[in-house]
Amino acid sequence: MPETVGTVKALGARAMAHRLFWPLAALGALLVVNLIATPTFFNVRIQDGHLFGSLVDIVRNGAPVLLVAIGMTLVIATRGIDLSVGAVAAIAGAVACVYIVKSPVDGAAGTAVVAITMALAVCVALGLWNGFLVAVVGIQPIIATLVLMVAGRGIAMLVTGGQITTVNNDAFAALASGHLLTLPVAALIALGVFTATQIVVRRTALGLLIESVGINPEASRLAGVRSRTIIWTVYVFAALCAGTAGLIIAANTHSVNANSLGLWIELDAILAVVIGGTSLAGGRFSLTGTLVGALLIATLTRTIPNIGIPAEANYLFKALVVVVVCLLQSPKARAVLQRRGDRTPTSREEAVA
Amino acid sequence: MSAQVPTIETGVIARIARFSPPRRYLPVIGTFALFIGMFGIGGIRYEGFADPQVFLTLLLDNAFLIVLAVGMTFVILTGGIDLSVGSNVALSTLIAARTLELGLPVVAVIVVVLLSGILLGTAMGLLIHYFDIQPFIATLAGMFLARGLCYLISVDSIPIKDETFSAIAFGSITLPGGYYLGWTAVFALVIVAVAAYVLASTRFGRTVYALGGSEPSALLMGLPVAATKVGVYAISGLCAALGGLLFALYTLSGYSLHAVGMELDAIAAVVIGGTLLTGGRGFVVGSLLGVLVLGTIQTFISFDGTLSSWWTRITIGVLVLVFVVAQRVLTRR
Repeated sequence: MPETVGTVKALGARAMAHRLFWPLAALGALLVVNLIATPTFFNVRIQDGHLFGSLVDIVRNGAPVLLVAIGMTLVIATRGIDLSVGAVAAIAGAVACVYIVKSPVDGAAGTAVVAITMALAVCVALGLWNGFLVAVVGIQPIIATLVLMVAGRGIAMLVTGGQITTVNNDAFAALASGHLLTLPVAALIALGVFTATQIVVRRTALGLLIESVGINPEASRLAGVRSRTIIWTVYVFAALCAGTAGLIIAANTHSVNANSLGLWIELDAILAVVIGGTSLAGGRFSLTGTLVGALLIATLTRTIPNIGIPAEANYLFKALVVVVVCLLQSPKARAVLQRRGDRTPTSREEAVA
Repeated sequence: MSAQVPTIETGVIARIARFSPPRRYLPVIGTFALFIGMFGIGGIRYEGFADPQVFLTLLLDNAFLIVLAVGMTFVILTGGIDLSVGSNVALSTLIAARTLELGLPVVAVIVVVLLSGILLGTAMGLLIHYFDIQPFIATLAGMFLARGLCYLISVDSIPIKDETFSAIAFGSITLPGGYYLGWTAVFALVIVAVAAYVLASTRFGRTVYALGGSEPSALLMGLPVAATKVGVYAISGLCAALGGLLFALYTLSGYSLHAVGMELDAIAAVVIGGTLLTGGRGFVVGSLLGVLVLGTIQTFISFDGTLSSWWTRITIGVLVLVFVVAQRVLTRR
């Protein structure tokens, strides 16, 4: 018996030491809270050949943040940050919607395809611009992307002429509300990008190279890694992800409001990345962690109104989640807890809580 | 008398010609030149732009942003950043509006608002220093927290009807020539002066610069790193609360959607003011000039009438870019 207790304890300690333990625990706790508040929360039904249910909603509504967060993870892994993603999302939405509205056949599927392609091409240009400032001019990422963050919404308003542009295009709207094989398209896009990125960075050397640039750009360059190209690539990728997210948001509302589209999405995305255990100091990243972080944020957004708190208060809870998760991941806070835990092993749970 | 004037002038011109400012003042001088240049162009292009009252109104309209930028300068000088100031402003306006509604005396209202601002700032400072949480993330949490608290206090806008508040809001001093300057603007300028004194001539101020230069060195020198680091965030919180009070006076209301994105304006003003975002270099006066430049852009657009409001954001972005690149070139040597 004591042996089993020991093994269980050791297993528990190992699980707790895993960097995804606390985010997953928080996600689980949130789901349990939801289940208590609404016993039918986990119900998923099929209606008109589509999956419906709260869980499906969470994944669908969390898709834009997840997309942005995937790009942000790679940027942060190179010791950078991209504050401009919200503005880039707004520009992408603006370009696509304005093109569709101005087109003579604004309802055709072909128009939507061209609009989306154009929007993504603009995003590549914006990503190249960010990458240029960071990799070539050598400006700190936080400031380099601040430029586009400040100017970007102005550019988006320039594109839309300051109007809220509304589009009627079924193919474009399908980006957000469509279903494919019973699953929502938005979620499929986000999960597809996630899987593809995961495969590319972990099955090729790219992930390793990104991490090496994050640890020490100069040393990587001397070791023969093209750090400049890598940095450029991740900013373009982040802008592409942000643009896709912007298109999904615009498609969801059938319109683009340059002022509010993607507002604060950069903060949600950074939050998702940090919750997932990627270090802001660069050099270490976990895309799976980002997935968990984005799902946690989406679930939290859904939980607040579900348990009867005004939806606006979700900022408060986000703040609490950030602080708690960061404290649990901070080596200093861990050391403090460890010391206390060693002194009084029985009260360990309380100390952690 | 009249014969002497030219000689003095030539002497002055010669001195100015010979004078080369120390390198560290270059960014501030650049901002000053930019401000004068923009004002000059405005004066030439639009009738009534060069009127001193336009300048004084600029100070009045941006009083809250000046105070915010002062607090932000302290934080950025240590190499940190404070994203929470915008939300903190909104929270301050709401606390002020709600406590006034409850019938608290004005002095008590001001004390409560200032204390809440300092408390938020200090809490973030403690997280940053003692738990090694990045300033960006800790103040992001502060931003969300303050915004969330706003909604808990009230989702709707609360008007401020207090007589003392409106008296202060509309109070102004008359300058010679019939010009007037609002009390809130005078107050903002006093804050700038106090901050400039603190940074230049007190032990705390010098430690702020030392921290921005190199934290390990500051620590090895035996400087009070912990107190200073937490202190700058407390000061930023205090300035945000003061800015919130000024904003409440300016709009005479408290609202949870006040000051969305104002932290960006404050950061942009500090950057345009020539403060290095990596810390250790910069002046409060520069941030004042930065705010004035931002304000001038808006005055430009309102005077022109044909320019759309989004050009403000684009211009601010371009200016930030120019200053950042210039800083990069200047510091590279």
